[in-house]
Amino acid sequence: MTAPLVDIRAVSHRFGQHTVLKNVSLQIEPGSYTILLGPSGSGKTTLLSILGGFVTPSQGKVLIRGEDCTAVPPAKRPTTTVFQDYALFPHMSVGSNVGFGLRMQGVDAATRTTRARDALALVGLATAFDKKPHQLSGGQRQRVALARALVIEPAVLLLDEPLGALDLKLRRQMQDELKAIQKRVGTAFIHVTHDQEEAMALADHCVVMNDGRIEDEGPPERVYARPATRFSATFMGESTLISGTVTAAKHGTITVATQVGALSLPGTVPAGASVALAVRPEHLVLGAAGGAVGLGTARVSGVVFQGSFKRVLAVSEKDPALHFIARVPAAAAVQPGDIVAVSCDAGDIILLAG
Amino acid sequence: MRALVRIVSWFYAVAIYGFIFLPVVVLVLFSLQATSFPIPPFTGPSLRWYDAVLADTRLTSALVNSLLVAALSSAAAVTLGFLSAWGFARFALPGSALLRGLITLPLTVSYLIIGMGLLVLFNWAGIPKSLLAAGIGHVVINLPLCFAIIYSQMGDHQINIERAARDLGAPEWKVLLLITVPVMAPAIFAGFFLSMTFSWDEFVISFLLTRFDTTLPVEIWNLLRSGLNPKTNAVGSLVFAVSIVLVVFFELMLLRRKPA
Repeated sequence: MTAPLVDIRAVSHRFGQHTVLKNVSLQIEPGSYTILLGPSGSGKTTLLSILGGFVTPSQGKVLIRGEDCTAVPPAKRPTTTVFQDYALFPHMSVGSNVGFGLRMQGVDAATRTTRARDALALVGLATAFDKKPHQLSGGQRQRVALARALVIEPAVLLLDEPLGALDLKLRRQMQDELKAIQKRVGTAFIHVTHDQEEAMALADHCVVMNDGRIEDEGPPERVYARPATRFSATFMGESTLISGTVTAAKHGTITVATQVGALSLPGTVPAGASVALAVRPEHLVLGAAGGAVGLGTARVSGVVFQGSFKRVLAVSEKDPALHFIARVPAAAAVQPGDIVAVSCDAGDIILLAG
Repeated sequence: MRALVRIVSWFYAVAIYGFIFLPVVVLVLFSLQATSFPIPPFTGPSLRWYDAVLADTRLTSALVNSLLVAALSSAAAVTLGFLSAWGFARFALPGSALLRGLITLPLTVSYLIIGMGLLVLFNWAGIPKSLLAAGIGHVVINLPLCFAIIYSQMGDHQINIERAARDLGAPEWKVLLLITVPVMAPAIFAGFFLSMTFSWDEFVISFLLTRFDTTLPVEIWNLLRSGLNPKTNAVGSLVFAVSIVLVVFFELMLLRRKPA
């Protein structure tokens, strides 16, 4: 295996008394699109600032291309950052903004212009060269910030909630373009967001963070299908969570005692362990002709029409603390107040530590 | 009743503006007097007293001195004010609030006290009375002003802009020169022109700290000692005109709409 492009080794960081990162280790492969996903306060932005050199961690090391960059200032490390507020230089033209990094490297004006124009063409803004930032729309400023950061050919491009200030439609559109641009330039992108849809759409490697720790990391498909922790099961997409205790375990099958009855599913957890079972909304079946594992009956408390499907919320009749989240076809006749049978297949149950 | 209120409020407005501007109007009007005394009846208009002012080398050299002192002391005050504002805005300093209070404190001290203090200090340090001494005095009174104006405009939204510049490889002095100064230019120019205005017609400190070469307000005071004369009106009108120009520049800089 080749050496990772970025190697974060046991990084912890404190702001005063408050520990925002707790022993985080992470490796980034060359050419990958990594998403740091987590709620606000999870430490994802701090981790990005540490990568960018704006914050020096209290403990741990950051290696980029095998070199220790832990305390190297932003100007001297092979990273560039796209800031959430774009941070364009308001007094300079778009062309000068994009050429700024090259100017700092001492590149002559003619080469700067050529390369800035190329970078602007890459992000689809070839015509904006002579404009001022305030003449551009939010999405266009975002592209200028991207071109400005990419033109100096960093080893790693850091994006701090780059789509956070855009409206939903533009966000989805920019999302597709970001991915396309990343594939074209081949630079490793590390992108911070709290939007799990954005994470699933963009990431080659998805890192779910909570409370200063990495909860889960891997390809988004794996993180979604088989989340490693309770937190990632509920943050990366929704899940119904059922807690219980393992009563028997043999031949790769366990029996779990829960509020909705004893459930059998594949697993190797020893008897006596407390576990949580998570089921994705699309795997819950409502109605009589259900899956192999019965989860009792539930009273529908809410139906939300989402266009291509309906999101159904239901409360278990056996345990009022258990809330089912299901996804049914848009044509399904479900109404609040209905009593429905809930079931699923054993293979769709995700086994988590309790 | 409503008509009465309106008449009274109009009368009040006219009275207020009259109170503020009548002295200046009288000064300017009688600078155009054709005869030798700036008292009614008005005999002008005539520019003979302006000719007399411009022919008086003591007045014209004082005018040049004043402009030099104003420009150089304001440049020094705005540079120092900018650097201190940047320092306070960007770095966490121990006792920051107290130090910021101290730097603006001279705004509340009378010019007479500052002038006397500098007189004693320069005397003790062996610095002779000169335009330089007066210029230093003007830096003392204008630095807090420049600091306050620039600091008030130095918001957090520029922090990321400076970071971006550093991130793209700019050393600190280039960040300041290429990014912070241009972005802060309206506040910096506003500070500069307001300092110019205050230095331009400052009397007490210049009076105390200059001797042979002096500034225009001190020279006008010399002129006044020999009695009223339309020439003093003419030179006063010139001072006023320059002040107006500086204040207009200040307003343009500070109130200019910031690009989004």
